[in-house]
Amino acid sequence: MSLLAARGVHHGYRRFSLVGAGRVTPVLESVDLDIAPGETLALLGRSGCGKSTLSRLLVGLETPTSGEVRFEDRPLQNLAKTQWQALRRSVQMVFQDPLGAVNPRARVAEIIGEPLEHLCELKGTARRDRVVELLEAVGLDAGDADKYPQQMSGGQLQRVCIARALAPRPKLIILDEAVSNLDLHLQIRMLSLFEQLQREHEVAYLFITHDLRLVERFCSRVVVMEAGRIVENTPVTRPLRLTTHEGRALQDAVLPALPSQMRIAH
Amino acid sequence: MLRSVSDFWQDAGWPVRGAMLMLVVLILAAALGPWLTPHDPNAVDLVNRLQSPSLSHWLGTDHLGRDILSRLIAGAGVSLGSVAVTMSLMLLLGITIGGTAGFLGGRADQVIMRLTDIFLTFPTLVLALFLIGMLGTGLVNVIVAIALSHWAWYARIVRSIVLSLKHRNFIHAARLAGVSRLRLFTRHLLPAILSPLLVLASLDVGHIMLHVSGLSFLGLGVSAPTPEWGVMLSDARQYVWTEPLLLFWPGLALLLSVMSFNLLGDAVRDRLDPHLQLELGH
Repeated sequence: MSLLAARGVHHGYRRFSLVGAGRVTPVLESVDLDIAPGETLALLGRSGCGKSTLSRLLVGLETPTSGEVRFEDRPLQNLAKTQWQALRRSVQMVFQDPLGAVNPRARVAEIIGEPLEHLCELKGTARRDRVVELLEAVGLDAGDADKYPQQMSGGQLQRVCIARALAPRPKLIILDEAVSNLDLHLQIRMLSLFEQLQREHEVAYLFITHDLRLVERFCSRVVVMEAGRIVENTPVTRPLRLTTHEGRALQDAVLPALPSQMRIAH
Repeated sequence: MLRSVSDFWQDAGWPVRGAMLMLVVLILAAALGPWLTPHDPNAVDLVNRLQSPSLSHWLGTDHLGRDILSRLIAGAGVSLGSVAVTMSLMLLLGITIGGTAGFLGGRADQVIMRLTDIFLTFPTLVLALFLIGMLGTGLVNVIVAIALSHWAWYARIVRSIVLSLKHRNFIHAARLAGVSRLRLFTRHLLPAILSPLLVLASLDVGHIMLHVSGLSFLGLGVSAPTPEWGVMLSDARQYVWTEPLLLFWPGLALLLSVMSFNLLGDAVRDRLDPHLQLELGH
């Protein structure tokens, strides 16, 4: 049974108008995707191909124009209120831009405490303890809890966002370019934390990324999107071998990590 | 709070400092009115009517022999009080209606904003006069009429701010954290709306004050014996050739307070508007 699935999802943005029907700009066309418990999936694609839209549909922030997103085999439209809470607890997301993803007027403790308050009903010192535990898990100090977002660096703030996503002990975490703005040392630290959670709690991950090394080392399956469609959905081989034209174009567009690997055409 | 006020004072030029002092005087007059007035503002003394300024009546007396200074001080309370109530009512309407439109979006937004546009098409004074015509005269009705004819500007601003914030990731993140819609609005959107809205409001205070006094001058607002600057101006009209000072004092009070509010509003905007700050290179 898949944890979260998209079935024939179409999505477009409509301009509303009082007279006559507005025009619809399509963003996603017949997308099918399955995410199994404990799986690590990579979503590749060029900017503007609909990756972020798909992720917003998957977590239920928006409703697809047609088709459905299913959580534990129930369509999101039919979920009762308690099941929505279950979805929120089970599926969390880390956004690309950490500064835009936190309320500038809230302290770190409130930011991380928010899902604990509303999804886990943790109160007072129990909540505070869990916040500190999460901060330490992502390599921050307990003292950071009282800071405002403006007082932190981008990398620290990104880890605050990761801590917030981990807070309700989700079964799936969607990471939208969420480790790419951390330095190499922190990336490795975050990835080993993710691996540990995966081993212990069978957490699934969906990495939306441009980083092919991350895909090769960490993911078990890769999905390539182009212009709102999924063009390739294949297990990751090492080295990564994408078969479709779009996938290879993405692969070639990325510079290899070491210059010696570069093939120089004579 | 106190520190930011003192910073503000440090940075301000003399007109803004003057305005701040004037407003302090005005607020004191409004708050301590009954204890400050040298005479009963409503005590009629026909023997001493239309007196020139003297030691016992610093600003003279009006056509019924009432002390003008006492009436000015008592009028500050009515003016400031009605402005405060009108402003709160306008902000409440603007935030609720504009916020709902921006938050819900789609058709609801279209319907609400087209209704708002209807209010925006009328000149505010005409709309206020029309509403008073329906509601009847009196201070409460004047306040309601002014609030109903002005809220639409606030609704529009609130809606546009909500629209620009609604799709920001911190709102998405809060929804993912299971925050309810109402709490999302009060906890995450409202604080971001309030600071630009307060700037707009501080620029509008003088305008509203003139509106209240203007409508009272026309005999639609505060009724006769109550000391109010607009009513005082109206009473003094018939003595404009013989006793022009009767018009001068309430006019001066109105001029100084409206100007102070405007100067302070400008200064607050310059201080809080990040775009202006960039241009000024702060």
